[in-house]
Amino acid sequence: MEITSRGLWTLIHGMGFGALFLLACSAAIYQLWSICRSNGTSDDHTDAVLKWYLLAMALLAWLSVLSGTYIVYPWYRAVAPAGTHDLTMYPQLLLKSSPTTIGWHTLGMEWKEHVAWLSPIAMTMAAATFFHYGRDLKNQRYLRSAVLWFTIVAFASAAVAGTWGAMINKYAPTVGGHVYSFSQAEAK
Amino acid sequence: MNSSISETRSLPNGAGAAATLAAGIGAAVLGVLTLVGDKSPAVKNALIFYRPTGALSGVTTVTIAVWFAAWLLLHRLWSKKDVNIRKVVTGAFVLLAASLLLTFPPFIDAF
Repeated sequence: MEITSRGLWTLIHGMGFGALFLLACSAAIYQLWSICRSNGTSDDHTDAVLKWYLLAMALLAWLSVLSGTYIVYPWYRAVAPAGTHDLTMYPQLLLKSSPTTIGWHTLGMEWKEHVAWLSPIAMTMAAATFFHYGRDLKNQRYLRSAVLWFTIVAFASAAVAGTWGAMINKYAPTVGGHVYSFSQAEAK
Repeated sequence: MNSSISETRSLPNGAGAAATLAAGIGAAVLGVLTLVGDKSPAVKNALIFYRPTGALSGVTTVTIAVWFAAWLLLHRLWSKKDVNIRKVVTGAFVLLAASLLLTFPPFIDAF
């Protein structure tokens, strides 16, 4: 069982940061929705936990887009030397080489690479506002709604990016780099 | 119905309004740069701040710079006062919706 360094980084970016962020979103959205529905009433402990929870989510969103943009994406869009026939190491070129896969790049990656950045912006706004107001947010009806809806947008944009990322990696995985071997299974 | 609650708030809404509108502005800049970078090769080249990542590096760096600058400015202007939060939040949602549209490739291709 082995994985390449590029594959590992893609895993850290997608499953480590991205998927964890998406999972965290469901709990945050439910909690914020409950607070909005009950006109902002919640106990001190819930507010204190939610403050740090939203802050951790913002951090996850930043780690996800930064690792995606500056670590994984350069491998995705790497340019192949002239005369290269095997495009396995060049995912973007591999997808663009066939009319049956080009859409994964022209629609999927083109959308994903930009929309994903809405996630940290929206989540930072939600976390900062909740952190600043704390329990006083119960008196700020419009700000409560803004925090909830920006969190929903952060979730939606991360979901779009995550879904396309998973599908693109299925058709043209980022491979190469150092190979890590974990175990050697016996042949049956 | 909730007017008595909203009138007893202790913190001014300006800081939250600044964060909300700045996020909307940042999102809108992301959308506009995505569109302009796609349509203009000159702008696309100018947005290449880090070659391995291409124009995406410039699009996101400029977006973050404008977002933070707008946040800082609005926070300085509004943090100690109450603003028309309904208008601010509505404006931020419009900018956010525009950004969602401007980052959607089929919409960009329609231009």
